[in-house]
Amino acid sequence: MNYWPLLGIAWVVAGFVLRMNPVIVVVSAALVSGFSAGKSLAELLALIGNSFVSNRALLLFVLTLPTIGLLERAGLREHAHAWIGRLRGLTLARLLTGYLGLRQVLSMLGLTNVGGHPQTVRPLLAPMSEAAAERQVGPLEHDERQRIYALDAATDNIGLFFGEDVFVAIGAVLLIQGFYAEQGIVLEPLQIALWAIPTAIAAFVIHAVRIWLFQRALLRRVALKAATEALHAAD
Amino acid sequence: MLRIEHFYAVLALFLLHAAWCNLRDHRYAHAGFWGLLAVMFGGGNAVLAATKAGDDLPAQLAGAGVIALALLATRMRREHIAEAPEAQRRASAQRLGHWLLVPALLIPLVTVLVALFGTKIRFGATPLFGESSITLIGLSLASVLAAAAAVAVTRQPAIQVASEGRRLLDTIGWAALLPLVLATLGGVFAASGIGEAIASLVSAVIPSDNRLACVLAYGLGMVLFTVIMGNAFAAFPVMTAGIGLPLLIQQHGADPAILGALGMLTGYCGTLMTPMAANFNLVPAALLELDDPNAVIRAQLPTAIPLLFVNLLLMYWLVFR
Repeated sequence: MNYWPLLGIAWVVAGFVLRMNPVIVVVSAALVSGFSAGKSLAELLALIGNSFVSNRALLLFVLTLPTIGLLERAGLREHAHAWIGRLRGLTLARLLTGYLGLRQVLSMLGLTNVGGHPQTVRPLLAPMSEAAAERQVGPLEHDERQRIYALDAATDNIGLFFGEDVFVAIGAVLLIQGFYAEQGIVLEPLQIALWAIPTAIAAFVIHAVRIWLFQRALLRRVALKAATEALHAAD
Repeated sequence: MLRIEHFYAVLALFLLHAAWCNLRDHRYAHAGFWGLLAVMFGGGNAVLAATKAGDDLPAQLAGAGVIALALLATRMRREHIAEAPEAQRRASAQRLGHWLLVPALLIPLVTVLVALFGTKIRFGATPLFGESSITLIGLSLASVLAAAAAVAVTRQPAIQVASEGRRLLDTIGWAALLPLVLATLGGVFAASGIGEAIASLVSAVIPSDNRLACVLAYGLGMVLFTVIMGNAFAAFPVMTAGIGLPLLIQQHGADPAILGALGMLTGYCGTLMTPMAANFNLVPAALLELDDPNAVIRAQLPTAIPLLFVNLLLMYWLVFR
């Protein structure tokens, strides 16, 4: 067993930890692993080239950018911001928890494309959560806004990951079924998909609690800042 | 017949437009990056066909292209590209209201419709959509139709859709290439035997008689390998073949369906924690213009870690009958 290719992993970890440009880190790690496995330069270049071209589908999300870009120019984010700003009962926590639940349920039904970072988080969820938070605490500082945006993206990911495996025709379930079939174990997708439900519920509960804790911490931080400033102003 | 290759061509054209805009703005590294990527997308089919026919030269050129892209990426800076003035955007938002949502919602709607009914649409004997990857064709077609709808709703000149798309593309910058380049790394890792090396290391150190140790080894192994590969799909076959099947299913009588489902979900906890899952963690950070590229991961860790414990517990309780 040749353990030298594991150097590629060490390289990637080191590169990310040292905050080097990820693209060069990843490509150079491919070279390190390939050479450690004893491949020649010609072989390795062909391997990288073929692997790259076979995975072109991973850039197709770029096709959504023109639509979202043009809609942003026409004020999509401002519209989302203004709309949510008018809904008085909608706190940040209710908005995000609602989005988490919606994203999970839609993913369980196989509708995984309804959310997503270019189509939904940036143009809609981000301005909406900003508006909800601003109604609760007033104008947001740069750091607070960034924390909220990060939580928006996190909520979208968690809703997707822990809802989609409940859908019988999703790639993950079919992969599991196909893998076992090759080993001689025959399973129905439904048997696999049902067992994703306990984790889906746990994910919702854990993340919903975190959203509420985040809102509470936000309110406290802002109140503390206001109190400190009032104290300084009184001096 | 509409095939995914048609949409790769559309994407290549868009990338060329982005390269051209950057050239005009004297951002040469950026222009080179998008231009080279456009060429590799347009020529991708030729590369695959040549490899099948036994000619490795195009693939080697593509490999050299990947290295060139990586070098160009180090010279690219992520900057905020100018948008339309805020007053103009607000006025437009007031005028158009909820109509703005229609083109955006068209994307998931058309994707789902094509995925569900696409294979049934035919003209005579020819189906409208190619056989493979109907969901991807659906998503691409939906994006193109939505772009047309956006032009119709906003009454802007059609070229704006390409310019605004380029604005978002340059906001994401080199991060857009990360999912693709990480998948490439996965291919190299697989061909280098990394999976087998890790599985053999792990199974050499765990006491295979202890059920709890095996469950922990499988679960934590899934997380570790997902963190390394950026993707639980790559980790699943390796970990399940290396540890799940021989130790848990065959030796300790675990239920394969439950083990499979929970194992994959444990891997997903890993996906939440790793920069290698670029399309979920790094691309969104770039898209939302966050200062810290790891901000999304930081926001996910306090959910991912408790969820990981819950999953391991569920695995230990439910998998043995």
